[in-house]
Amino acid sequence: MEKYAVYVPKLVTRRENFAPGHRACIGCGEALAVRLACKALGQSVIIANATGCMEIVSSPLPYTSWRVPWIHTLFENTAAVASGIEAGLKILMKKGRIAQKEIKVVAMAGDGGTSDIGLQALSGALERGHDFLYLCFDNEAYMNTGIQRSSSTPYGASTTTSPAGKVSIGQVTWKKDMPAIAAAHDIPYVATACSSYPFDLMAKVAKGAAIQGPAYVQILSPCPTGWRFATDLTIRIGRLAVETGMFPLYEVENGAYKLTFDSPKLRPVADYMKLQGRFRHLPPDIVEEIQTKVIEKYERLRAKAVR
Amino acid sequence: MTKPEGELTWKDINIGAIVTEPGNASQYKTGDWRSERPIFDSEKCIKCGICYIFCPEGCIGQNDEGYFEANLFYCKGCGICARECWPGAINMVPEEG
Amino acid sequence: MAKRVGIEVSLAIGEAVKLANADVVAAYPITPQTHIVEHLAELVANGELDAKYIPVESEHSAMSTCLGSSAVGARTFTATAGQGLELMHEVLYVASSMRLPMVMAVANRALSSPLSVWGDQSDVMAVRDTGWIQLFVENGQETVDNVLCAFRIGEDPRVLLPVMVHLDGFYLSHMIEPVLFPEQSQVDEFLPPFKYPLPLHPDRPVTMGAFAMPVIYSEAKKAQEVNLEAAKKVVLECWGEFGKLFGRHYSPVEHYRSDDAKVLLLTLGSFSETAMTAVDKMRGEGGEVGLVRLRLWRPFPFAEIRQAVRNAEVLIVLDKSISFGGPGGPVCSEVRSALYGEDKRPKVIGFVGGLGGRDITPAGFEEIVNKGIEISQKGSDKEFEIYGVRE
Repeated sequence: MEKYAVYVPKLVTRRENFAPGHRACIGCGEALAVRLACKALGQSVIIANATGCMEIVSSPLPYTSWRVPWIHTLFENTAAVASGIEAGLKILMKKGRIAQKEIKVVAMAGDGGTSDIGLQALSGALERGHDFLYLCFDNEAYMNTGIQRSSSTPYGASTTTSPAGKVSIGQVTWKKDMPAIAAAHDIPYVATACSSYPFDLMAKVAKGAAIQGPAYVQILSPCPTGWRFATDLTIRIGRLAVETGMFPLYEVENGAYKLTFDSPKLRPVADYMKLQGRFRHLPPDIVEEIQTKVIEKYERLRAKAVR
Repeated sequence: MTKPEGELTWKDINIGAIVTEPGNASQYKTGDWRSERPIFDSEKCIKCGICYIFCPEGCIGQNDEGYFEANLFYCKGCGICARECWPGAINMVPEEG
Repeated sequence: MAKRVGIEVSLAIGEAVKLANADVVAAYPITPQTHIVEHLAELVANGELDAKYIPVESEHSAMSTCLGSSAVGARTFTATAGQGLELMHEVLYVASSMRLPMVMAVANRALSSPLSVWGDQSDVMAVRDTGWIQLFVENGQETVDNVLCAFRIGEDPRVLLPVMVHLDGFYLSHMIEPVLFPEQSQVDEFLPPFKYPLPLHPDRPVTMGAFAMPVIYSEAKKAQEVNLEAAKKVVLECWGEFGKLFGRHYSPVEHYRSDDAKVLLLTLGSFSETAMTAVDKMRGEGGEVGLVRLRLWRPFPFAEIRQAVRNAEVLIVLDKSISFGGPGGPVCSEVRSALYGEDKRPKVIGFVGGLGGRDITPAGFEEIVNKGIEISQKGSDKEFEIYGVRE
């Protein structure tokens, strides 16, 4: 029985259901997040995966990195495919055509496949109340196809479709609050996590999987290639994202907000942004604008949280 | 052992191109990618396992004496283990040749 | 004892799905298919059909949900029409290339724009490249019979493909027809339980939907094509078996007074029955006219078509859809292409008519035949004729 609260790496299962030999970039935060999530999920799962980084790096025909049942179909329908798997398993067990067994259905998608093109399918699946866990691996752009912006790209970040230029600071919209959208569906469990906090991530994934009903976990996955930082800084960048309030860690259980990590004083966002090439072009006044907004959003979140 | 894609005929492909060998991607040597490799110093290693937790490849394991070290068949040389190791037991050196 | 009842064909489809003991129904309503999904919802709500009814939020998700349920080995059904079929277009390719069996009833409907909820075959023809098995039906009995056959054909271990059953929107979906429903015991004998060979299950992990680099994609596509072509044999076997058990026989190409005909009309779907009335009248007046109807659209019945039209001089193909800027009707293009290499073949004249629910009366068919004969003699500067447009 995994007890992630014990925080002892050696006690975590050695089994790699996301096998090495996958073709993720050097230092990929998302590959780490998927690997950790798989440790929390165990063997009795069926994974539906969207088109994206993790799908591509793990399944070049005729190879697969997956040691659990896994299906990829398209980019925007992960939650719908997961719905079908969940309903199919339930009815087959009910009719006695397959043996009764606890099998968790897990949907995995990137931020593009979740908050942009996949939003409709996700909303439908959450509303219908399917018993499944949805994991959004958020690297804040369409990384697999070469760093194009998504609605999850932070304000001011430079991507190839929101490039910093002579008359633009890059992304001119603020990061879409997907956890709030998921929570608005009144589902039992919503959480944010980051691969830099591995035990928290595994605990949240395990908690989401144990829920009877829909659960949504958004996992910040720092991307050295797309965010442009040295490959060994992946964990550090993720920590800074949390410590500066750019990506707060929290849970929403049956509508009640609970902060996982709270700090009386957040680190300046500049500490986080200066390490990344996608922010390097930003003038001080924009950094200031971002700083103000981050604090404002964090205070609002804190106000919602249970003491 | 799965044949590489360039050698498969149309008859070799399963129905719906389903792959039936779980984890067969572990035949692929990602260790060829790196330009730096990690050197593990067992004198300093406290066997905490943090390097194992943070490796995106999942290629760090314990040797017979319980000290952690990377499987160089897969190690891409990202340097995360060296960066995160608390006692500084891991150092990145340039890959030879 | 099997009963013959008068029933709206949409509802009859629901009853057929109930007889087939489907496991999952994931569908989105769209005119003129709504009565199918409404009736299925009722059957599930009353416990008459033990299935999961998933009211999805779009057709794209309907087909995606069906992918998931089929992948775990559940007998899956859905229905759509027109715009809905187009919305799920990309997912259709996935269902067939991933070899995930399911049955979909399509109430053929015209495509926007302008918006038209009425029946024609534009939606069908737009998806003919998607790799599904496609069957056409003309009346209520055929619909029920072929929904049952569709499950058996698609789920056969030699096939493992999704199947579409095409019925004309409104013309057939909303018609009250006399239908003889088989007994449950007869259906149970005809339709074995669905056993997918490699379902998603933790006991035997598989990876579905790996991506293919150029070096291997062609091989995957050839495997798919070989399989679809080989499915024809299973279709014929299934219809043979069905005929033996129920006394109703179906063929890829159906003939009506065509053996000695000099002029042949070729149609798909319900208006074939109207065409039969016109053929009878023309025969009565001395014309040597006959009718050939396609029932199996995919895989295309090359041998049967070539045989059926071999001795005619003129073959008039009436399409209920139009391929803009091209050779006119898709069915006509495909038939013409199928006959190209034959040493003995009729002149093929293409007509497009009945678009967006425009009726064609028996007199209309007569007009088409006469015009077709005229064109075969005098030629035309047009690639095809659109019938019935007010000039």
